[in-house]
Amino acid sequence: MTRMTASFRSLVFAVLVAGMSLAAHAQLSIEITGAGATRFPIAVPMFESEGALPRSVSDVVRDDLERSGLFSMVNLGMVALTEAAVPDLAGLRGRGADAVLTGSVVPLSDGRFDIRVRLFDTQKQTELGAMAMRVAPAHHRATGHRIADFVYEKLTGLPGYFSTRIAYVVKSGPRYELQIADADGENPQTALASREPIISPAWAPDGQRLAYVSFEAKKPVIYVHDLPSGQRRVVANFRGSNSAPAWAPDGQRLAVVLTRDGPSQLYVVNADGTGVRRITTSSGIDTEPAWSHDGKWIYFTSDRGGSAQIYRIAAEGGNPERVTFQGNYNVTPRPSPDGRSLVFVTRNEGRFQVAIMDLSSRQTTILTDSVRDESPSFAPNGRMILYASESGGRGVLAAVSSDGRVKQRLSIQAADVREPAWGPIPRH
Amino acid sequence: MKKLLLPALLSVLLVACGGTGGPQQTGASVEDRTGAGVATVTAPGVTGTGIAALTDPASILSRRSVYFDFDSFVIRSEFTSLVEAHGRFLSQNPEMRMMIQGNTDERGSREYNLALGQKRAEALKQALMLMGARESQIESVSLGEEKPRCTERTEPCFAENRRSDMLYTGEF
Repeated sequence: MTRMTASFRSLVFAVLVAGMSLAAHAQLSIEITGAGATRFPIAVPMFESEGALPRSVSDVVRDDLERSGLFSMVNLGMVALTEAAVPDLAGLRGRGADAVLTGSVVPLSDGRFDIRVRLFDTQKQTELGAMAMRVAPAHHRATGHRIADFVYEKLTGLPGYFSTRIAYVVKSGPRYELQIADADGENPQTALASREPIISPAWAPDGQRLAYVSFEAKKPVIYVHDLPSGQRRVVANFRGSNSAPAWAPDGQRLAVVLTRDGPSQLYVVNADGTGVRRITTSSGIDTEPAWSHDGKWIYFTSDRGGSAQIYRIAAEGGNPERVTFQGNYNVTPRPSPDGRSLVFVTRNEGRFQVAIMDLSSRQTTILTDSVRDESPSFAPNGRMILYASESGGRGVLAAVSSDGRVKQRLSIQAADVREPAWGPIPRH
Repeated sequence: MKKLLLPALLSVLLVACGGTGGPQQTGASVEDRTGAGVATVTAPGVTGTGIAALTDPASILSRRSVYFDFDSFVIRSEFTSLVEAHGRFLSQNPEMRMMIQGNTDERGSREYNLALGQKRAEALKQALMLMGARESQIESVSLGEEKPRCTERTEPCFAENRRSDMLYTGEF
């Protein structure tokens, strides 16, 4: 154990410039391919004095809300509404808006801007809330995402996901890059570039660290990578294969799959690579662990019953119970953040599709309809599911709402995108 | 050593520049996503060097792949002489080490395929041990569906990828 933590801990060569060159051309573009049946009409006019900002913030808010598939934008034309006064709510309602966001921008002497917004319900004629920020102009996108999160939460009751980040792997030619981007595909940055495959990225609950499997040593090895510093540490490099890292909700431990004792089995290990403990004991395959939101259960895929099915086991070990029964290939279990449902991949007449199961009724619904959908990952509010798909012979990312209605496709020109992982809500 | 410290220093500077908070702030600060927050790392590669005796095309030892049927981990009889030759070579050369890399076709989940490839690697390892190789000489690992030798979606191509490869010391 000491050998692993000491000698494998890697001091890393950060090549900032090399990684950026590909990333600059490799932005994810998002295409909306399906929307909610009824969308909430909202007006988000320009903020008063928004022209003082080098780039628009209200544009970002409108784009975020529209892309969620839950809102439709009521266009008021070239009009700015300040948050300092109550607007004509009855008039706005007459124009079809059930809610309106007003705002103002005031330049400060230090180069930053004071941005204030206020949200109104035009039907009840009441204010729903307000927020104020002082921001540097370079942060116009992050500011817009924060405001969109505020609007989304006030109107849906669920936290927004516009300020979150996603991780994914881009393969172009022989080069693999683990990239991190904002949830809208902007700001792609390369965390790791390699000539060998990278799979199974998993966000730590702190949103700063990623665990993943890299084949740079000609075999699968699990690393934990601190994104701001680029420092990474080998968490599991035992004899055989090391794969499928999954963070416990406490951010201190990972469930992993090791073959050091023979077949692929589940183990729990501390984030620094110490304290390895075996959780499952079967003679076949146990893999793809995922913790329930409360940390009590670990869902996993196993062939112990003769075909690949989903099981769950108490996190401290015990007797596993089978969760899926329909079909002969159900893999990649991912429990929802509220613990009520489970998404997984099911094989249907040779097609691989993302399905969702209500864990109390065991009712299963197939959410996607292409042939090679895999690696589902919940948004932190449980409303959307990001997954890997295929379009025009290339790997793309796609997202579907948990009710199956809202659909989006995220692709990068001339590259394969795969292995998405949706990050947690950032702590501001 | 100074070179190694530079990236860490850079990211500290970037993080410091990204801060927007101030004492008179009325709301919370907004995190900078324009450059700070993620540092790029390039993974070091492994360059293998072959061993002449094992790469002579006239020798059976130059053949390194064992192929499997769909959803199977059984070594077909056509590979018996190949497995015997490598098992004997390992037995007669106890200083030699081998890495077996198991592979699968691309259908299905990447992690589940990684586990399937491990089963194929392990099956070959057990067969080599029956021929006299020592357990400590062989490490069985899996590349799953990640390193296909053939990338078309045809049955011959899938069959080409359902494979275990034998690599000797210096080749991995």
